[in-house]
Amino acid sequence: MAKPMEEIKWQELEPGAVVREVGNAREYETGTWRSEKPVVNADECIHCGVCWLFCPDAAIHQMPDGHFEANLTYCKGCGICARECPVGCITMVAEEEE
Amino acid sequence: MDRFTVFAPRLVEKAEYFTSGHRACQGCAEALAVRLVMKALGRNTIVAMATGCMEIISSPLPTTAWNVPWIHVAFENASAVISGCEAGMKVLMRKGKVPEKKINFVAMGGDGATADIGMGQLSGALERGHDMIYVCFDNEAYMNTGIQRSSSTPYGASTTTSPAGKVSIGQRTQKKNLPQIAVAHNIPYVATACPSFPFDLMEKVKKAANIKGPAYVHILSVCPTGWRIPTSDSIRYGRLAVDTGVFPLYEVVDGKYRMTYEPQKLRPVGDYLKGQGRFRHLKDKDIEEIQRRVNQEYEKIISKCGGM
Repeated sequence: MAKPMEEIKWQELEPGAVVREVGNAREYETGTWRSEKPVVNADECIHCGVCWLFCPDAAIHQMPDGHFEANLTYCKGCGICARECPVGCITMVAEEEE
Repeated sequence: MDRFTVFAPRLVEKAEYFTSGHRACQGCAEALAVRLVMKALGRNTIVAMATGCMEIISSPLPTTAWNVPWIHVAFENASAVISGCEAGMKVLMRKGKVPEKKINFVAMGGDGATADIGMGQLSGALERGHDMIYVCFDNEAYMNTGIQRSSSTPYGASTTTSPAGKVSIGQRTQKKNLPQIAVAHNIPYVATACPSFPFDLMEKVKKAANIKGPAYVHILSVCPTGWRIPTSDSIRYGRLAVDTGVFPLYEVVDGKYRMTYEPQKLRPVGDYLKGQGRFRHLKDKDIEEIQRRVNQEYEKIISKCGGM
């Protein structure tokens, strides 16, 4: 687990600022940026995977029963999946204010 | 999307080499393009990336979105650094210090890094004939620093350094034709692609990786922030750019042109321009002028493809 930038002292940085842990951007949860979330109607989903292919954040995954679901930890709520879904089974729903 | 391609996503590589958690804007088609390029290339890849959006969003210290060896270098020398990596690995393999295997050497840059700042180094790398791929992600301005014009910005686009107003139409010059510059180097493979046509894009990148010698892939990456369009429409505008003939998809293998996607009938260029905030000041006569220019360029490409 990488420390947040403000807790890292300069002595701890590797020469050349090398990051040895691969793909650790996963620890940064971009889902907090979202104002609308995609909601999938699992009955209408034809399991084609177009939403998965077009997601710029790789935030869509397949559920065990075959339909696709957004990972709300990373989903930024851009709405590409809802727009590109060939059967229109994804709708964007506003996030409730806490 | 065509009907027959609807179920094809199941055949695409599942592993992600460009992970979630990168800081790209909502609906960034450039991040999507990087993700698809990495899917096509797979695990044995070394990437050198010029400064630009994709570098900034993927690697704020101490995190990285990359699952492959990746190095950030200055704006101008991504292609020079990857040439060095390729030459170095070749020697290490010859001396037996690294096991022999096929490694894809990829340099990536935005349109600023490619068309303006890194032009000379790119030309040098293509001329020396390294076995590498250069991928240019063209979002048609310097989006990372706040939408300044680049030489890849199209005619009429309003950016912060070419603002449209009473006197100015926005960008006054025509877009630099980078794929044609790459073709002029007589390299084995040049292609244009767009993430709105993902299978076409991945096929071209795979082809570029399998060809010995330098390859250049030019990818139109829609930028909702800089083009002033809704975030959900970035795939749609990429498709419109191709369907209107603004950005024809073709490949050039050893000097032979081939259209990889030919719309049956070109849509009027207004369909592409009208919805974008950066073109909203354009009047009908400006659009006519752009239409004339687009038709002219498109016919040139068609005639090159026909002249095989």
